[in-house]
Amino acid sequence: MKWGGVVSFFASEHAMRAERTLQRAELPARLVPGPREVSPNCGVAVAFVWNDEPKVEQALAAAKIRFEAIHRYDLDDETGTVGTVRRESVA
Amino acid sequence: MSGDIYLDHAATSWPKPPAVLEAIASFLEHAGGNVGRAGHHRSIESSRMVSLARESVTELLGGETPDDVIFTKNATEGLNLAILGFAVDGGRIVTTSLEHNSVMRPLRYLEQSGRCALDVVHADGNTGEIDLEEWTARVGAPGTCLAVAVHASNVTGILLPVEQLGAIAAEHGVPFVVDASQTGGHMPLSLPALGASAVAMPGHKGLLGPTGTGVLYLAEGVVLEPLIRGGTGSQSESEYQPDFAPDKYESGTLNSMGVVGLGAAAEHLRTVGVDHVQAHLTELGRRFRDGLADVDGVVLYGPDDPARSVGISSVNVEGVPCATASRVLDDEWGLMTRAGLHCSPAAHRSLGTAPEGTIRFSWGEDTPEASIDVAVEALRTIAERARSTEQVGTFA
Repeated sequence: MKWGGVVSFFASEHAMRAERTLQRAELPARLVPGPREVSPNCGVAVAFVWNDEPKVEQALAAAKIRFEAIHRYDLDDETGTVGTVRRESVA
Repeated sequence: MSGDIYLDHAATSWPKPPAVLEAIASFLEHAGGNVGRAGHHRSIESSRMVSLARESVTELLGGETPDDVIFTKNATEGLNLAILGFAVDGGRIVTTSLEHNSVMRPLRYLEQSGRCALDVVHADGNTGEIDLEEWTARVGAPGTCLAVAVHASNVTGILLPVEQLGAIAAEHGVPFVVDASQTGGHMPLSLPALGASAVAMPGHKGLLGPTGTGVLYLAEGVVLEPLIRGGTGSQSESEYQPDFAPDKYESGTLNSMGVVGLGAAAEHLRTVGVDHVQAHLTELGRRFRDGLADVDGVVLYGPDDPARSVGISSVNVEGVPCATASRVLDDEWGLMTRAGLHCSPAAHRSLGTAPEGTIRFSWGEDTPEASIDVAVEALRTIAERARSTEQVGTFA
């Protein structure tokens, strides 16, 4: 799976809830170690497919889940490689 | 001892649903990392399980978002957080005469240290009646910063009209804290509907979770000072306490396995239905009172109608100290009750049962009718012995 974005959070509780919320909405999502270059706040982030970005934002807002920001972030599960972080926080 | 009959659910429930034990074991085996402290898979799995537990508890209690639910180690911690958080130096606090020491001691501390004045409004431990005019006058008096009331007495189980008390507090813009220690899991609750600013309850009584767990609900918009400050796993670069829930109020490593057990208990209650639990408790209460109606020498406290209680009944046997009767019940029938003042001296003064206290019988979701029948017959026997020259009991 190739992910194109991550959501960063202030609290890990919110990251857990976000992963669950997105998966229940049938939006591919996975908890990943929080990339240091994205945010130092919480140990984990939630990776998602960039094309889903508007739906991700909508689902988090509907569930009243507080998040720090949404970032473009390349992550490849198969190769385990992390691409470049494009510092384009959208929220 | 002839049995193992547990009628002390108002202290802590036993046994716990098997799912609670399984969830705790599963947590320790399959997770076991520290919640929110790392990105490795055991930490993440622990965080997932605790987060799911928070969701289950929130849904059971009708919270709007899991951020409304703070995990504490018991109701006392939640009550202290709320009371000390709302108290304003130089202000006045209003409460009832049926409060447990988990409320009374922090309030008396505030009074004794000169920080707040305290008004205690009399409430009837048998009927639950409270003078609403007096409550209104005290709550509406200038300088009142907080009102606190117990949802149901831990001595007689009588329910107080907390929605009315809360509405009066809201009319005067006074925060209202509810001690729901005996009602959580014993009657359907929608916490926002109680109209309280904060509601505290233990996780280990009616909610059927393990000891060492508690829940504090904070209404939307309520922001308090935390009781303690420290590591939360979040905002590690900052030396200042996070300002968001739940982290703000949950410093230090959480009782994760306990919380996960509590989450399993909440799921169990959602499956069983708390309305069914309440109906069962009421039926057992009726059986207990009806069984003792024709027994001479047994004094019953609390409401005549068990539907106005939550699975608790207090009694005394004339001529027998309550501690003696409670010990005989355990020694001869294996029947576990609690004697004395139940950490509620004010409530016993209201009932007229201080300083001796009462024998408290309290049942739970899985208590069979047969246990109530044994309790009735045992009390009948002790009362008969007390009226004759026979020894009340022999002690092991």
